[in-house]
Amino acid sequence: MSEIWRLSIEELQKAIRDRMVSFRDVADAYLTRIREYDGEVGAFLSVQADTVLKQAEDLDRKYHRGDLRLESLTGIPIAVKDVISTEGIRTTCASRILENYVPPYDATAVQRLKEQNALILGKTNCDEFAMGSSTETSGFFTTRNPLDLERVPGGSSGGSAACVAAWEAPASLGTDTGGSIRQPAAFCGVVGLKPTYGRVSRYGLVAFASSLDVIGPFANTVRDVAIVLKAIAGKDRRDSTSSHQPVEDYLLETDKGVKGMRVGIPSEWLGSGLDDAIKESIQLITKRLQKMDCSLQEVHLPHTKYAIATYYLIATAEASSNLARYDGVKYGYRTPRPADLEEMYRKTRSEGFGDEVKRRIMLGTYALSSGYYDAFYLKAGKVRTLVTQDYLKVFEEVDLLVGPTTPILPFKLGEKISDPLEMYLTDVYTVTANLAGIPGLSLPIAFTSAGLPVGLQILGPHFQEAKLLRLGHAIEQDLGLERPRLAFEKAV
Amino acid sequence: MPITVEEVLKIANLANLSFSQEQLEHFTHQFQEILNYVAQLEEVPTEHVTATFHTILSRETPVRQDATAPSLPVERAMANAPDAVEGQFRVPRVIE
Repeated sequence: MSEIWRLSIEELQKAIRDRMVSFRDVADAYLTRIREYDGEVGAFLSVQADTVLKQAEDLDRKYHRGDLRLESLTGIPIAVKDVISTEGIRTTCASRILENYVPPYDATAVQRLKEQNALILGKTNCDEFAMGSSTETSGFFTTRNPLDLERVPGGSSGGSAACVAAWEAPASLGTDTGGSIRQPAAFCGVVGLKPTYGRVSRYGLVAFASSLDVIGPFANTVRDVAIVLKAIAGKDRRDSTSSHQPVEDYLLETDKGVKGMRVGIPSEWLGSGLDDAIKESIQLITKRLQKMDCSLQEVHLPHTKYAIATYYLIATAEASSNLARYDGVKYGYRTPRPADLEEMYRKTRSEGFGDEVKRRIMLGTYALSSGYYDAFYLKAGKVRTLVTQDYLKVFEEVDLLVGPTTPILPFKLGEKISDPLEMYLTDVYTVTANLAGIPGLSLPIAFTSAGLPVGLQILGPHFQEAKLLRLGHAIEQDLGLERPRLAFEKAV
Repeated sequence: MPITVEEVLKIANLANLSFSQEQLEHFTHQFQEILNYVAQLEEVPTEHVTATFHTILSRETPVRQDATAPSLPVERAMANAPDAVEGQFRVPRVIE
């Protein structure tokens, strides 16, 4: 079987069941892609080649003996963002301060993948501690967008999006604190889901902003995203903020159709600052939604304009507190030969963290410091309430919201890195979902004449992932879009 | 709200970070821009609004039995320590 790596998870499962391919073939296919193309893309910080091949061969032996129960992710290689702990596999958060950190335990999401005998393919690059929107703040190297190597893959989960876009992995895990799954999914032309806050356990996820962080999947299709979500979702006694809400059969849900669905389009998302090509694609989608018998209406989210300011105060405040733990004592980098304890703390942190992380720690420390707490952190918490109420109100009238994932197309490497505020503003449509804790899906709906992808964002009420996936799947079927072959791929 | 290099230095001390004079000035400039941007929140009326610190719908604090269970063995918990001796983290002398 040729081009195994082009198959979806569902197709891979079928090929394995029909004995068209072995587990070893599947593992080989992706490892070969990584060997051939990741030098250009730079999606992975580390690849578990030997372990994955050995595990795949073990699965083949067990399967031959009739000793293996096939579950939805059995033998499927999955890449994991490097802010998610993997037992015995270096987990750096793309930061020099954790360059040699090897977690003694698995994150719950990873453990749940392993319970289905999924294979942990490797760890993906990201912005340092997930702080950034382009993967350029990684302490190690920059990941490139597989669809145009001169452009960023988005971020912070840039490596997780890029490896799927380059067909180096059929699926991956990322994290989303302000858009870090949806924005890179849009930039790389793949599907990415930010689940409801608490839908997936955060145990083992290295904390950035604890009230906003969530783990979620990337894949080539909406149905594949549904498969991975089902595997990782659910209550975890190790994360008290994980939810008791029952986990649905998301895959089954995708087939239920969208007839009669009430879809809202926030007028605030189509205003100034939105790229024309993106706006056009969104307008085309709304026409197609009407043909699919969805009812469309314009809605308002009046506090959208305050979202970025609110988000950056809350996220940085939580980050400054979470990142206080990097003191050079228990794990991670320590400055050599410090004169005293004070100097050890200061030098360890100053040498170990990159500029963006320091900038956010500083802003967060400021927002929490005495005399400024009320004006900044508390004020942001209040506006967060208003942003959330905007959504609750809108969801009384409509089932879901659709709009652009990003205001702009993937930008050039280096274009925005020197202007932090401009970089922050690229998250304008995504941060509100994190502030409100609601789920968001991004899927590709068009490729421009230059081959750059446009992402559609679908938002829904808390724990309504099934509905998001239903609409996403219907749009995906309707469009029948194919991701262009990569320019740097060898001709076949 | 204008911010001075001295104030930025004070925050750096609170956060246990140090910067060169040049970095400090650059940072102060960027900081000012970000603060000017977030200042727009002042125009939102919030007198009767309760702040949200957590979006979780249930307001009850989850509780569990205070039961003992095995935890990581000391060697594994300390395997990543930059400097450890006899099951303890070693740091520069703090008591004279």
